[in-house]
Amino acid sequence: MSSKTLFDKIWDAHVVREVAGGLTVFYIDRHLIHEVTSPQAFDELTARVLTLRRPEQIVATADHNVPTRHQDQPIQDPLSRSQVDKLTENCAKFGVELYGLGHQYQGIVHVIGPELGITQPGLTMVCGDSHTSTHGAFGTIAFGIGTSQVTQVMASQCLLLDKPKRMRITLDGDLRPGVTAKDLILYVISQLGTGGATGYFVEYAGSAIRSLSMEGRMTVCNMSIEMGARGGLIAPDATTFEYLKGRRFAPQGENWDRAVAHWQTLYSDEDAVFDAELQFDASAIQPMITYGTNPGMGIPLSANIPVLNGGSEATSFDKSLRYMGFQPGESLLGKQINYVFIGSCTNSRIEDLRTVAAYVRGKQKAAHVEAIIVPGSKQVEQQAIAEGLDKVLSDAGFELREPGCSACLAMNDDKIPAGAYCVSTSNRNFEGRQGPGARTLLASPLVAAITAVEGRLVDITQYLN
Amino acid sequence: MEKFQTLRSGVVPLPIENVDTDQIIPARFLKATTREGFGANLFADWRYTADGQPKPDFVLNDARYQGHQILLAGKNFGCGSSREHAAWALYDAGFRVVISSYFADIFRGNALNTGLLPLQVSDEVLQGLFDVVAQDPQAALTVDLQEQTLTVPGWAEVIHFELDPYKKECLINGYDDIDFLISQEAAITAYEQQRSWVF
Repeated sequence: MSSKTLFDKIWDAHVVREVAGGLTVFYIDRHLIHEVTSPQAFDELTARVLTLRRPEQIVATADHNVPTRHQDQPIQDPLSRSQVDKLTENCAKFGVELYGLGHQYQGIVHVIGPELGITQPGLTMVCGDSHTSTHGAFGTIAFGIGTSQVTQVMASQCLLLDKPKRMRITLDGDLRPGVTAKDLILYVISQLGTGGATGYFVEYAGSAIRSLSMEGRMTVCNMSIEMGARGGLIAPDATTFEYLKGRRFAPQGENWDRAVAHWQTLYSDEDAVFDAELQFDASAIQPMITYGTNPGMGIPLSANIPVLNGGSEATSFDKSLRYMGFQPGESLLGKQINYVFIGSCTNSRIEDLRTVAAYVRGKQKAAHVEAIIVPGSKQVEQQAIAEGLDKVLSDAGFELREPGCSACLAMNDDKIPAGAYCVSTSNRNFEGRQGPGARTLLASPLVAAITAVEGRLVDITQYLN
Repeated sequence: MEKFQTLRSGVVPLPIENVDTDQIIPARFLKATTREGFGANLFADWRYTADGQPKPDFVLNDARYQGHQILLAGKNFGCGSSREHAAWALYDAGFRVVISSYFADIFRGNALNTGLLPLQVSDEVLQGLFDVVAQDPQAALTVDLQEQTLTVPGWAEVIHFELDPYKKECLINGYDDIDFLISQEAAITAYEQQRSWVF
């Protein structure tokens, strides 16, 4: 048998058939849905007199536009309420399991899939959300789709796809103190640019990746889309199996042993060929931050904003810096920050909350900073409370909210005011992403925590214990 | 989905790179539960002031380009969020073709599923097209999907563009993937029955 990449092994196992023109009828094992990109899909099914082919392979939650305060009360915004109500109605009508507001499993769709053991190695997963790539951390082919494709998966459990090219990004070396998974991926994206992996499915490999926890691996895979990749994945290993064991929907008993035996076959063969290979020295990576309006515009926190000399990118670069209120060539150190947001499908897991709590314990946020922490799920929230992190955070002046996507995309009331700077652990710094006129600087939870305490951007390596 | 065969239209030039779908349709407008009406908020934060007045320097508010159905945009158009609402908003606002030197994967698929043609050209051709429109804002391009050609006034040669043959047939006939996938039912069932590795 010829050598295969991890991606090829999973892809080949999900080919229903190949059709003329190079397209594949591709089978989807798990389908996650939420309130924003599903209503039109359910309506389309009804209009075509179709139904769900495999309702048991779908899980729903409400996350994108839910409030992060008073979730026990009716949603105030009528449009948000109507969308969440529509999800509830559709799930009841079509027989879909819903972890809605108030449910013990509710949360951001890419947080709950893994923590419930719905996400497993070797599977294919889709969701009407580009950060579905998160689930690739388990050795899963997972990618975001549009609403028309949501309808297709609902009706047929399949998609008609052309096969992406394969890229491997190898990160070897020990991480420096204060450098986290978020810094790794912000660095990689800064090297490739926001479109540099378009057309590819990326496998992350190397000792720096292997040494990451599952939470860290999810952070890395989550942001694959920010360099244009269709998805990202990491070969499952003992860390993966340890994380999954005993989770709500993970295989149990004898099935567990059979599953692990299968999962251990999921890796890229030694002489497997990739369409593109990139290697980076992880030990050279520093704490990162973005200065512009796409996630590719990242620099080490202590470096200066680049100066661009002409080229086709100049207009967009200038527009971006004007929006951010920054000058080419200047340092970000010392810039006053008024908002800190810790949350989103990139960094809202228990490990992220622990990192923040460990740093701010016994400290106080700066008086002018508003710092909110939005846990990724009810389970994360409960775990944080059980560990006493809620007390540590509130003593430090941070506000711990209820789960949801929140200020990552500001569909709910959690918005950053126009012109204000926000250091955010989310995944996108696009214009207006956190509210019209908001200025977002993407960073790790550690950088966010230190910024909240100092009230300005600092060289965090001077602040580590 | 409506059929797309040929189009002769003026162009709306947007020489910005990496236009993300949050710009095309900001998230706060995604609360609707139907597909219609997103055109009013297309490029909302570039197009309107905070109090809803048109910004005169944004191209969609420029009288010279009104009614034009081809959007000409910088490379990596449609990156970011998977929201199909971005393609719906462009379509709802009257656009039928977007020309760029490359498109983000998800946007490309969403556009094709909406009946909006993502027409990819080289960086050089893209720059040439921006120059044509800069000289004559009323320059009308002709897109012939059957022939896969783009005809530009004043250019000696037509531009050929690539498109997946299946997707081309879908656009020309107004078909989408659902009908095809439903027709694969027997193969899908057979596939499900032979899988031994789902736990």
